[in-house]
Amino acid sequence: MGAVIEPQSSGTPDEAVIVASNLWKSFGSTVALAGFSLEVRRGEIQVIMGPSGCGKSVLLKHLVGLVKPDRGEVLVFGQPVHAMSDHELDALRIRIGVVFQSAALFDSLTVAQNVAFPLRRHRTLSKEEIAHRVRELLLLVEMAGTEDLMPAALSGGMRKRVGIARALALDPPLILYDEPTSGLDPLTAHTVDDLVLRLRAELGVSSVVVTHSLDSAFRLADHLAVMDSGRLTTSGTPEEILASTNPFVRRFLDTRAIEVRPK
Amino acid sequence: MREDPSDARGSRSPIAALGSTVLRGLSELGQATLMLAAALRWMLRGRLEIRETLVQLNRIGVESIPVVLITGAFAGMVLAFQTARQLADFGGQGFVGGLVGLSIAREAAPVFTAITAAGRVGAGMAAEIGTMAVTEQVDALRVLATDPVRYLVVPRLIAAALALPILTAFANVVGGTGGYVVATAAGISGGAFLSSLQRFLWPYDLVVGLIKAVFFGLIIASVGCYRGLHATGGADGVGRATTGAVVVAIVLILIFNYFLDLIFF
Ligand SMILES: Nc1ncnc2c1ncn2[C@@H]1O[C@H](COP(=O)(O)OP(=O)(O)O)[C@@H](O)[C@H]1O
Ligand SMILES: [Mg+2]
Repeated sequence: MGAVIEPQSSGTPDEAVIVASNLWKSFGSTVALAGFSLEVRRGEIQVIMGPSGCGKSVLLKHLVGLVKPDRGEVLVFGQPVHAMSDHELDALRIRIGVVFQSAALFDSLTVAQNVAFPLRRHRTLSKEEIAHRVRELLLLVEMAGTEDLMPAALSGGMRKRVGIARALALDPPLILYDEPTSGLDPLTAHTVDDLVLRLRAELGVSSVVVTHSLDSAFRLADHLAVMDSGRLTTSGTPEEILASTNPFVRRFLDTRAIEVRPK
Repeated sequence: MREDPSDARGSRSPIAALGSTVLRGLSELGQATLMLAAALRWMLRGRLEIRETLVQLNRIGVESIPVVLITGAFAGMVLAFQTARQLADFGGQGFVGGLVGLSIAREAAPVFTAITAAGRVGAGMAAEIGTMAVTEQVDALRVLATDPVRYLVVPRLIAAALALPILTAFANVVGGTGGYVVATAAGISGGAFLSSLQRFLWPYDLVVGLIKAVFFGLIIASVGCYRGLHATGGADGVGRATTGAVVVAIVLILIFNYFLDLIFF
């Protein structure tokens, strides 16, 4: 027997928070995932890139059990997400923040009510405590002062940021971002990137970030995965991706005029 | 020219088309039953969303009152108009009040109220929840560890089951009043109308009408919520869910109305 036995749920930095293995998923005749595998370790920022329609959003939905794979397994915090009932998933979902591609704010609630929603349902806090926390979260995403607006009155980028604030409300140790900076001006996009980095640095949050921005990708990534047609094309550190000779990855990187350097 | 495979599907036999429609209907019935079972579990556990239920009660009940008053009054008026004319020819003036009252309490008030509500409330539920489904808001609820059945469906079921009998009671009152006015205008004496009403209309008839309204409320909310939750494909899909919800709810209301009559009368 080996001298060192890794305990399953200790906080060792190498521990995988996400293990997706050989995921297959079809919608009718559309194959969204075709044998996708990925491992994300605790405290890491995993960036996923790939052309539109290659299955990035579907992959994220598998990680929180919104979509069940036809084949394959998803372990998150060691729990088999693919095999859990909605009821069992609830306890797990409280520990995962999800930023939807469309922000998915509740139309019938104000900005403040949207951000307060997870707090109201899963924490016992006074009205003042909730209002304080909401203000704090909106400040973090530079949306202070919008508390009483309805989502319909916000621009796409503003909605996205409120969606991020809502996803952070319960201090989840794992956050999934689906194109968090698309539709944002470059400055605000930078702020969101900084936020992702800060959450990792200060709280050790693990993140999966889907993005189309090479800029963001190389600023954020500890590991980068490039997807195509439901498959993993290449994955590795930003340096490894930059050095990749895979023609698809090369073409992807060459879409940028200015040379990309690892951070 | 190239063969289009969809042509083959388009020209398949009507029997096959009927078969697949029936199969789809059965599978939807199964899924809807699962949704209702989940809703019932939340209710039995007493985990109710009070705030959401009150919001829905206001929307379904209070905001429906004007249109229910109008349909109820005219339903009573047309019943009295026809009954008074037909019975007067045979010297049956003494039956007009009773017949009008019975028709309103047992059938006209609950059924017309339910059909009005299906158009207003059921369509609204399908549109609202359908929009939430196609814009990932339902997914967002799940991810925030909130069961959409508990948060969206149960409050609407409870609110509709409470609101429909109350609206039906309103329809009874305005329908009866409208019937009285039209009957007296057609030459039936007020006293005869009322004494006939008293003789034929029993509290049981009113109670059964209200019980039927509870079922109709449950049908409207179930269909509206189910269609909404299963809407796919953007604004188009929401539109389909909405019209579908109204048609299916009205058909189910009329079918259930018949069988509930068999049970109660
Ligand atoms: N619920 C669904 N029903 C049918 N097809 C879907 C569904 N979700 C995703 N797809 C399809 O799966 C493929 C991958 O989608 P998605 O993951 O959203 O792509 P992206 O990488 O741009 O996020 C697309 O072809 C999309 O049309
Ligand atoms: Mg996507």
